[in-house]
Amino acid sequence: MPQESIPRYPEKSILLHWLVAILIIGAFALGTYMTDLKFSPTKLKLYSWHKWIGVTLLALVALRLLVRLFSSAPPYPDSMKPWEKQLANLTHIALYGLMFAVPLSGYLYTYAAGFPVVYLGLIELPALVTPNPDMKDNFKELHEALTNGMLLLVLLHVAAALKHHFIDKDNILKRMLPRFSNKE
Amino acid sequence: MKNQVQAIQQPNSKARFLNLATSGILIAGAAFVTTNSRAVNVQVDPAKSTVHVVFKQMNVPVQAQFKKFTASIDYNSAKPENSKAQVDIDAGSLNLPAPEYNAEVLKKEWFNAAQFPKASFTSTTMKSSGAGKLEVTGNLTIKGKTVVVSFPLNIKTEGKSTSFEGSLPIKRLTFNIGEGDWKDTDMIADEVVIKFKVVTNP
Repeated sequence: MPQESIPRYPEKSILLHWLVAILIIGAFALGTYMTDLKFSPTKLKLYSWHKWIGVTLLALVALRLLVRLFSSAPPYPDSMKPWEKQLANLTHIALYGLMFAVPLSGYLYTYAAGFPVVYLGLIELPALVTPNPDMKDNFKELHEALTNGMLLLVLLHVAAALKHHFIDKDNILKRMLPRFSNKE
Repeated sequence: MKNQVQAIQQPNSKARFLNLATSGILIAGAAFVTTNSRAVNVQVDPAKSTVHVVFKQMNVPVQAQFKKFTASIDYNSAKPENSKAQVDIDAGSLNLPAPEYNAEVLKKEWFNAAQFPKASFTSTTMKSSGAGKLEVTGNLTIKGKTVVVSFPLNIKTEGKSTSFEGSLPIKRLTFNIGEGDWKDTDMIADEVVIKFKVVTNP
């Protein structure tokens, strides 16, 4: 029997999606863990890694946005109601916004605190703000609030994907899975 | 030639200090300067006088400031070789960009401020090395350890104020700053640059 072809995201979009997903989870886990550590070399090292991941994410998300703007996403299945499609679109737009806003707020936070980012320990990145204790606290709160917002949206995103896959049994999740996992 | 004037810059006005603190300007605490170049009152400008240290943490340049120090500069502009300088820094006054760690660096493995509350520099010789420049040699004591150091000092006169400015790279491990796990120089580089500027006003 010929396998029904699923409308899928382009390969590069799939690759970027999962790469970004792994880095977001990594940055979130590190960020949550490192802040509770006692002052130690390990703590400082993890802070640097967290910042490097954030900068990597900014670059990858910028690339992702370009890829998304210049290629079309596969259409939603007809089984989805118009409000479901709209909610999905809104969630995706908000996720894109936060994927920029979360690392950017962290970037501003560390510079306002007086700690420049030296990417991979090699390249010092430009300062967008000068050290400022008041701004530092504001950016810290912003970074945390945006992170919490992102956590909620990611959970919604994952729950929706699983609901589509296991309850609606449509192809929403499959269109974002790497091709090898679609073979039967 | 004994024409010294002392201007003691104790916190002469609490309001002024508070003002400075709230406006975010880092303060050079108490400082005084003597001079025999002029017979007028000269005093250290606390808003403009600073002692910073710059170190690298995983290659990230971090600047911290000693908020309390006293500086005594006996500057002889006619015979710079006769000038003398003494700086005492309150080891417990280091302010990091992350103030939540200020208490950490007072601990034993860092400055051990309980046992060694002061870091100090006392000049031994000064040599003129060009217009407005002196090569200063002296004893630097940090955490109870004394090392002979030399560094160039730039002297500038702007209007009525004079600034004494210089920077001095040291090795933190020479002074046992950062013991135990913190000895790792991949984490925090051995070289730390002390940058200072003392500005005096008549």
